[in-house]
Amino acid sequence: MFLPAVLYVLALVGVPLILAFLYSVGDVKVGSVGYHFVGLANFRSVLESPTFRVALRNSFIFTISSQILVLVGATILALSLKKAFPGRWLLRFLILLPWVAPVSIGSIGWKWILDSLYSVINWVLIRLHLANEFSPPMWLGDPKLAMLSIILVQTWHMLPFATVIILAGWTALPKDIPEAAEVDGAGFFRRLFQIEIPMMLPIINVAVLFGIIFTFTDMTVVYILTRGGPYDTTQVLPTQAFQTGVLGSDLAEGAAISMFLVPILIVVAWLMLRSAHRAEVT
Amino acid sequence: MALAGKKGRRIGGGFVNWFVRIAFAVLLAFPFYWMLITSFKRTSDLYNLKFNPFIFNEPMTLAHLKLLFGETLFLRWLWNTAFAGTIVVAITLVLAVPAAYALTRLTGRWGQRVGIGIFLTYLIPPTLLFIPLSRIVASLGLQDSLWSIIVVYPSFTIPFSTWLLMGFFKSIPQELEDAAMVDGLTRFQAFVKLVIPISLSGILTVVIFSFTLVTQEFVYALTFIASAAHETVGLGVPVFLIRGDVYYWGSLMAACLIASLPIAVLYNLFLDRFIAGFTVGAVK
Repeated sequence: MFLPAVLYVLALVGVPLILAFLYSVGDVKVGSVGYHFVGLANFRSVLESPTFRVALRNSFIFTISSQILVLVGATILALSLKKAFPGRWLLRFLILLPWVAPVSIGSIGWKWILDSLYSVINWVLIRLHLANEFSPPMWLGDPKLAMLSIILVQTWHMLPFATVIILAGWTALPKDIPEAAEVDGAGFFRRLFQIEIPMMLPIINVAVLFGIIFTFTDMTVVYILTRGGPYDTTQVLPTQAFQTGVLGSDLAEGAAISMFLVPILIVVAWLMLRSAHRAEVT
Repeated sequence: MALAGKKGRRIGGGFVNWFVRIAFAVLLAFPFYWMLITSFKRTSDLYNLKFNPFIFNEPMTLAHLKLLFGETLFLRWLWNTAFAGTIVVAITLVLAVPAAYALTRLTGRWGQRVGIGIFLTYLIPPTLLFIPLSRIVASLGLQDSLWSIIVVYPSFTIPFSTWLLMGFFKSIPQELEDAAMVDGLTRFQAFVKLVIPISLSGILTVVIFSFTLVTQEFVYALTFIASAAHETVGLGVPVFLIRGDVYYWGSLMAACLIASLPIAVLYNLFLDRFIAGFTVGAVK
């Protein structure tokens, strides 16, 4: 009874996955017929392109810095939500909005907040005399600030997801060990860093691994806020693949760029299987 | 003395907790407040840099909403989303429910292995597959049609739904079906008359999540569909509501708010089950 489902998924995930690999070592363009094996030529030409190197570096900066921010923020937020309090459902609703609203739509909200002329952030900064009225920060127009903006918006989007996962782990944690430690005189931070966080590691792992995959392979925030600009300075691997393979019709080179996502996917999948296996054994 | 110290720390902890909660809630929900206030502001109020942007400086207006519903394809996009979502949900249920059941009841380690395999396919991202899929979609004659995403979306809703449902089916004791089969029901009848009614809440969860995944997907829709009339809300609003370089921020923000709130409410109701799907194995 599971065959139809498996076949459906194989046809639309397995087959394109193999095709993506074949494209990356072939010479396919939109409208072209026939297929010639070209070996690693696409990878070579991709690696030689300076834009690609920027995209590769940006992908790592984008993923690592947003996930560090997410992890720290989510742990602090989850800690403050652990105990029941009045109005919890409302607060939970507000906190979850960035994750549950379609991310393309949340990003367009940010595009307005970061607008070059009418940015509310700039309005506040100017009133606080932290920015110059005549040359306010161009959040999406200056390469450094644009990179910072996409990292912060991605953090904003992923933080609720990590928070609820960590919170679920905390609620499931056995209460007796931290309580025993409290009786023995361990203070709040000692309990937190030496007992609770180490006990939480498997669940924090889950949050981080999903966070890495969903950030490294996604292009929505970047595409909507900057489209990789200004001057390709915020290009990440997925946007670069989209630009080359879909807009630029160079299927082979686009597929080759996408292939650079695979090593990360394999590592993360392997780590996930290992932690699932460990949970099964114990 | 020790007691007083402890009480003091509790109150302090309470204050710190509230501060953290409210600070995060404000930061995270701010863009949605901003959408709300922008939707009802007059254009002259929006674009006057002297005004305090956090409040209404002029009377509110419904002009942006009128523009959105009267002169854009917004309603069409809402309809497209509902239509595609419904069919994707139907395909997902028809394929994932029996698959999850079979995999749970499959004896030996194979059920588990195929289950994990199915879950891992959920991790393969659209950005790895969109280039070959755009050719597959074209060869099926579905390019620039809503049907392209209807056919492709189940490729990620099925894996996740199967995984979620396997968790539900595992909690149903096998003895229940065995007893029903002793009483003369076939396995299929036992499945339809016993298992499905018991796991209705699980099936409902799958319905909600498949539907929200459809509304949230962006990459495939962007790749396969080129004309504005065939878009879903998630793509139409951020890409096609902008004409050239002109942003109608009032209408745009109204569209964002209308498109995100119902989904956010639905999602919240079922969130705990959804998280359980991610944390199977890591939390017991």
